[in-house]
Amino acid sequence: MSKSRKKTSHTKDPVLPKAEPVSAENTPSRRRFFWQVWLALGGLAVLEYVWLVVEFLRPRAMSAVDEANIIIAGPVERFEPNSVTAFQEGKFYLSRLQNGGFLALSRECTHLGCTVPWVADEGSFVCPCHSSAYDDKGEVLSPPAPRPLDLYAIRIENGIVKVDISKPLKRSAFDYAQVMRP
Amino acid sequence: MTQNSDEKTGLVGRIWRSINRGPLYPRDDRERKWVVVNNLILHLRPLQLPRKSLKYTHTFGLGGMSLVLFLLLAATGILLMFVYEPSPEGAYQSIRSLENQVLFGRLVRNIHHWSANFLIAVVALHLLRVYFTGGYHVPRQFNWIIGLALLLCVLISNFTGYLLPWDQLSYWAITICTGMIGYVPYIGAWLQQLIRGGPETGQATLINFYTFHTTVIPVLLILLMAWHFWRVRKAHGVVYPRSPGEEREAKPETVLTLPNLLLREVVVALCLVAFIMVFSLIFNAPLGDAANPGMSPNPAKAPWYFVGIQELLLHFHPLFAVVIIPLLAAATLLLIPYLDYGDDTAGIWFMSYRGRLLAVIAAITALAVTPLWIVLDEYWLDLDTWVPGVPSVIANGLIPAGVLLAGLIGFYMTLKKRLSASRDETIQATFVLLTVAFVVLTVTGVWFRGAGMALVWP
Repeated sequence: MSKSRKKTSHTKDPVLPKAEPVSAENTPSRRRFFWQVWLALGGLAVLEYVWLVVEFLRPRAMSAVDEANIIIAGPVERFEPNSVTAFQEGKFYLSRLQNGGFLALSRECTHLGCTVPWVADEGSFVCPCHSSAYDDKGEVLSPPAPRPLDLYAIRIENGIVKVDISKPLKRSAFDYAQVMRP
Repeated sequence: MTQNSDEKTGLVGRIWRSINRGPLYPRDDRERKWVVVNNLILHLRPLQLPRKSLKYTHTFGLGGMSLVLFLLLAATGILLMFVYEPSPEGAYQSIRSLENQVLFGRLVRNIHHWSANFLIAVVALHLLRVYFTGGYHVPRQFNWIIGLALLLCVLISNFTGYLLPWDQLSYWAITICTGMIGYVPYIGAWLQQLIRGGPETGQATLINFYTFHTTVIPVLLILLMAWHFWRVRKAHGVVYPRSPGEEREAKPETVLTLPNLLLREVVVALCLVAFIMVFSLIFNAPLGDAANPGMSPNPAKAPWYFVGIQELLLHFHPLFAVVIIPLLAAATLLLIPYLDYGDDTAGIWFMSYRGRLLAVIAAITALAVTPLWIVLDEYWLDLDTWVPGVPSVIANGLIPAGVLLAGLIGFYMTLKKRLSASRDETIQATFVLLTVAFVVLTVTGVWFRGAGMALVWP
């Protein structure tokens, strides 16, 4: 035997007995139609089941968090300019900038979701997971973080700072319009 | 089979015969065949097989070892389910009390933990064994695909189980890995929330993972395994072993599965169980501090089998590291049995003598180039700054990926032109190159990455 493409009995597929050839020409059109209807109905049933599974897996908390989730941070005077205060329960940092404006920064690293601690000595947030760093405005000082820290909406009512933590706001860059002035 | 049925038997005997109609202790070959064919589990196996394919170094018993590990995991997993409480408040404490208050609780958890980790290694080696002995050609093409589905299930099973202890290690590993999913274009955020069951790792994540780990994946595994084994039987056993250049025998000498194959499998199984037992007695499964969503440990790493992808993230834009490169790898694995191969080399380790030489060259190349590239990228290469004004996805994604792809094509062409290798051998060498590169990435991520994911000496 030569070493070429010769196939032996081991690689050959079994030969099936010849059946009545079934093709588009000799299948009655009504039978073909019903076959297609059954196929479509079956496909629909599978789709419905997939939809059901996705609905069961969908974030359950989301429906409960439709209304605003307000954290009362405290009176404006309590926060020194140039300071960063951590809020454990709200999972955010309240950063008061040099000019007296406020930013509520999510503590979640935008790279892979680790929690970033505020390193006061360096004046920056440094992620322990992949050493992304952010300044007090949440801007990226060093990668791999792809974008600044997410923001939460701030309201200042009667000199009291309130943060709405129901939805983090993604941003591609820092902008002074994001700062809430008292 | 019927020779005993006329004899008068007692009640116990009649009940036994109603359950098991054949001979209990087969005395000759005919009865042995009867047992294999008429036993629900044994009939998944071939009735007889070529004597040569019994050789241990042809398969290393890796498929059977996977099954044994799965059975160990099922047995210990069911025990663990009696004690484990799938809630963020109760999970960690239930593992603690399992280890300290339940008889053999720690041992059972150790066996589960180590079996799961060895299972990943064993199925990976099994894949390599099948690839390098050419066990993916006709008629085994589709069984390769079923094997890949099994591999995916094993990975998901391991990954979902990783979260359950709810300690710092598991919490942050799962946070990071689901964080990677967020980089999938368009559907990333949606997919991430679907898997986590909410915006962050929490109660919903735990219950999702617990359900997949304890019901969905085990059921899928059992079904796929039965299909996998049955396809082996339909292909007349494993691929027939040959030496390079040796022709197929028209009628190889065959032996019966019972007892020749079964006995060997039982020996391997018992050795493996003994090994896992001793290993679990000596080494404890890790359990760190309870999960603290407010404090990420430094460094935070993915489970070891995904650390290779995490290592890619340090070198590529996330779109390439998390989406494009893994998808290309998966597509390559799926296409392997359907490529157009020239020669019939099924059953020959590394196809031919030249195939073996090329595989060694490819392995050495990957062992040299991958660490070099990792070190260069860490200390010198900085494409984001070198190519300013271009989005990072091009500067740090398309450009390095293109360079590596060009290198790969250059490697392929060099082997083909300079060493006059056949296409089959070159494809195999490329596979070796990529596999070894991935192993190097994983080893780097596991042992050579310290605080802040900086390169360190272990």
